[in-house]
This record gives sequence, structure tokens and C-alpha cells, in this order.
Amino acid sequence: MDTILSTKQIDKYFHDPTEFQVLKNISFDVKKGEFLSMVGKSGSGKSTLLYILSTMDTDYKGELYIDNKLMTGLSTDQLAEIRNEKIGFVFQFHYLLPEFSCLRNVMIPALKLGKLSEKEIEARAYQKLEILGLQDQALKPASKLSGGQQQRVAIARALINDPLLIMGDEPTGNLDSKNTAIVFDIFQELTRNFGQTIIAVTHDEDFAHKSDRIIEMKDGRIIS
Amino acid sequence: MNINTAIAKTYVTSNKKLTAVAVMGVVLGMSIYIFMNCMLVGFDKSANSSIFKSTSHIRVYKDDEISKPLIEDNSAKPIIINPKTVPVNNTIINPNLVIQTILRQKEVTVVTPQVNSSVFYNNGKSQISGLSVGIKPDEANVMFDIKSFMVEGNFDLLKSNQNGIVIGSGIAEKMNLAVNDNLNLTSSKGINRTFKVIGVFKTNNSAIDKTKSYINIATAQQLLKEGSSYITDINVNVIDPENAENVATKIEAITGYKAEGWKEANATYVAGNKMRKIVITFVSFTILLVAGFGIYNILNMTVSQKINDIAILKAMGFKGKDVIRIFVTQAVSIGIMGVIGGIIMAIILITILKSIYVGGDIGYFPIDYEFKKFVQGVAIGLVITFFAGYIPAKKAANVDPVEILRK
Repeated sequence: MDTILSTKQIDKYFHDPTEFQVLKNISFDVKKGEFLSMVGKSGSGKSTLLYILSTMDTDYKGELYIDNKLMTGLSTDQLAEIRNEKIGFVFQFHYLLPEFSCLRNVMIPALKLGKLSEKEIEARAYQKLEILGLQDQALKPASKLSGGQQQRVAIARALINDPLLIMGDEPTGNLDSKNTAIVFDIFQELTRNFGQTIIAVTHDEDFAHKSDRIIEMKDGRIIS
Repeated sequence: MNINTAIAKTYVTSNKKLTAVAVMGVVLGMSIYIFMNCMLVGFDKSANSSIFKSTSHIRVYKDDEISKPLIEDNSAKPIIINPKTVPVNNTIINPNLVIQTILRQKEVTVVTPQVNSSVFYNNGKSQISGLSVGIKPDEANVMFDIKSFMVEGNFDLLKSNQNGIVIGSGIAEKMNLAVNDNLNLTSSKGINRTFKVIGVFKTNNSAIDKTKSYINIATAQQLLKEGSSYITDINVNVIDPENAENVATKIEAITGYKAEGWKEANATYVAGNKMRKIVITFVSFTILLVAGFGIYNILNMTVSQKINDIAILKAMGFKGKDVIRIFVTQAVSIGIMGVIGGIIMAIILITILKSIYVGGDIGYFPIDYEFKKFVQGVAIGLVITFFAGYIPAKKAANVDPVEILRK
């Protein structure tokens, strides 16, 4: 299988308040279609690593490849374009724009990419919402939905540009067990049926154990 | 619609109260700016017009000369140690030629000669000292628009009556004179002559109204025991009064006579005007600037409120300049709404003030719709709103999404 993301000897330091090495010599590959969970205690560096993988954090040593292209050293504008096209994000909080309808929220990344007409994007957005069982909520303002629904809209938004990678930072951290199960099923279906690659940081043991692969971190190192 | 614009539009419309407050700020700032500047132009126009009732743009006359040392040598002792005015005649030699020369300048509109004579007005026992101005009635009327401030009698009769006199309302009142009454004048050369009052004027400047009278130029020359070539002043009007000083310098160089622009002659008034201009410009600009601060504040607030939106947008691939565009669009939309409102409000304010009668020689409040000031206000307003939006937008563009999203 193709490697979609790989890191080579990534080191990361925090300088404030005192010099502290958060990540030590992180090297691993992620294959296409993998559902990968990163676990570890608070402060183990898993979230820090995720934000480096996401290209949003550029202050690290080592090399990051996404889709076999070197990301390290690119300008923030170039990285923004890459994120727009290749990476979808799901966070602990949904971060939907409250003034916009669900449909509009889902459409934003595609409108930004600007490869399709607004009509086509709308059709795609409906299709993504349907996958997540939210087609009836499409025109409601994002702020009027329940927490679980909002998180699913956020997943639909992450999917709109058919990204190579979906990254989740505690994607179920704010959900009850029922909604956690729903979100997990969605992720699993995305990897099984749509060949999507998912990297998720989680505290949830059950969630991690059900995924394809677990990376466990401790004190800035991958221990398994 | 571009996605950046769409987001900006949503921010503008979703919090209508904030937007309305910001727009109101711009409307007020804008309208007061335009209004005050139009008023300034109106004041200048009205003040100038009252000055130009008795002063020409440029006055050409023979200046007194101080006697010079016979030997121009600084090292030696001057031969004349107590220089005095050389006793020369203060007439302009060959005035017709000088007038022709001045008329040839392309900036010049009207040129008319004038003879000033200090006189005593006598009526029975009462006596007033004053100034009788010998004029060519037609030309002088073109220059000073004398007919516009005549309150009694007919100015045109002065042309046909060599013994006619048009007096200031103050003189008429003090000497109890009406049209067709006789008035005796004694000139500085001791000539006595009786004139017939054919008109009374009123400039509302009491110093002028109490002392000044107009007579024919030939009669004035007779009062001074002089011939028809005796001219004390040549009055010159130019196209643009603001440019009078330059033309005066030019005339002085060509004719060799002293040419004095009206600003030089009315330095106090010009200084007063300048102060008024500085104060009004400063105040109106400050008001507009305050409106800018209003926008800045509200944009800053929006940026803080929407910091999560900004972070997620940046995570999803919006660049710094996209974020700047969103917030600048929001600021400029507020600015444009405010500018349009401000123009409407300024027009309303000016229309109301225009119709207020203030009396005196001013009449209606001197204000008008000055297109230039509207354009100026709009331009400055938009520039200020742009920067008021740009600064918070720049801050938003520099938001680090990691810092926000990791919380």
C-alpha cells in the first residue's frame, strides 16, 4: 500500500517557560486507508505531533512528507493551500461558523478551493450530509443543532474536498457514548468503504482499540 | 460571490446592532465633516464678498519714496542722515497707458482708475471728515457691485450729474440728508463745492458708511485742483482673488508702481480666515477620525469574538490575506454604508441651514453644497475606514490556529 504520510526524525521543543523537548526523534509512516489512533497520557506529545502532521505547526526539526511531498520549509500560504485540498479536520469542538447554515458550513472549504461551481459544490455537500444522515438539517443554522449533529456536520465539512487525510483531535472527546459510537462507525466506514485515511488523537481506550493501528506515545517518544 | 465576501457579508448582517452603531458613527462623522467644510467655504465666500464691496483685488498706486543717500557707499558716512519722504506727487503718470498695460494681463478682469480725496462734509453747523472717492461709475459698479448695496436713489444718475454724490448711510443719518438734498464738501486743498445727494448706500460696515462717498472722477480731480490725468489709485480685479498676490507682483514689475493685493491690505482679516480654516479643518477631521476609531473598535471586537472562526478557517486552508480580505471587506462595507448615509445627512443639514435667515448684509446662512468638499469627505472617510479595518484584520491574519484549536 502507498504511504500517504511519513515523518523523519521529528524533534520539537517548547521554549516557554523553559526549554523542553516535547517530541523526540519521531519517525513513522501512515499507509493509505489506515485508521490510526494516537494515544498516550496528557503531555505525552500526541496532540503536538498531530498539529505538526497537520502542517499548522511549522516550528519543528526533522522532515514531514505528505503524499510523498516534503512539507517542511514551505511557506504558510503554500501549506494553507495543501491543507485546503488534502487534509480534513475534526476537532473536539465542532468549530462550525454559527451564523451559517449546516450546508454552507460544509461548503466553505470547497468554495475556498474553487475547483467546482457553487451548484456542484452544493450537490456534493448534500451528498456528504446524507452519508452522515443529516440531509434534513442542511438548511438549519449550525448553532441550532445538537452536539452530536454538529460534530457530524464538522465531519461532513472535513470530507467535502475528498481529502487524502482526515485528522481528528479528540473527535469524540465532547460526545456521549451513543454519539461516540456513531462517529466511530462513520470513521470506520470512511476507511473501509471510501479508502479514507484517518489519524485521530484520542483518550478513549475503546475508540483506539477498535481502530486499525494504535500509536502509543510517552514522554515525546512512540513506544508502540 | 467569493467565499471571503460571503463570510464578510454574514458578519455584517448577523450582528445588526454592532453594524448599525458603527455605521451611525461614520454617518455622523461624515456628515459633520462635509457640513463643516461647506460652511467654511460659505463663510469665506461671504466674508470675501463683503470685503470686495469696498476693496479691489489689487490696488496700484504711487508709493511714497524715502530720499536716498547721494553716495551709495556703505563704508562712508551717509550724506543724508535724516531721510524724509521725497516731495513727489502721488499721482500715477500717464494713467491710461498704465491701465492699458494692466488690462493686457490675461488674469485681469476689470481695471478702473480712482481718485481719493479727504474731505469735510458740511451741512449747516455739523461737519464730518471723510473720504470722497472719485470713480468712473460704470466701471466701479462692475468692480464693487455698488448697486447691490444702494438703499436709496439711483446710482446710474451719477453718470449724468457731475455734481452728484452718493453717500454712506451713516453720513445721511448724521446730517439728516435724503436724496435730492444738497451737501457741501470742503477738500483738503480748500475747495468748497456743493453736491446734490442722488443716492445712499449701506455696506453694514459702519466705519465705511459713516465716512465714504462716491463722486465722479472728474469732480474729484477738481476738488484736488488737479487735471484730468491725476489718478491716485488704479483698482484691478482678477479672475481668481486667491491669486491676487501673484498678479500684483507681476503688475508691480511691469508698471513700476506699487501694486498691493487685497490679502496684504487686509492681513488681519486673512489671518482670521486662516485660523478659522485651521480650527474647522482640525475639528471636522477629528470627528471623522473618531468615526474611524468606532469602526476599529467594532472590528477588533468582531475579531476577538470570531477568533475560533478565524482559527478553523485558517486550518481549512484560508490564507492570511483571505482573513484580511474578510475583515477589510466588513470595514469597508460599514464605511460605504456610512458614507452614503453621511452624504444624505450632510445634504439635509445644509438644506436646513441654507434656509435660515441670519440678517445683516449676509441674509441667508452662507452655506452651499460644495461638490469638492463632498468628494474630499468621501475619500478621507473611505481611507480612514480602510485602515480602521486593516489593523484588526492584520491582527486576525496573524492568529495562530494551533494556539486556538488546542485549547
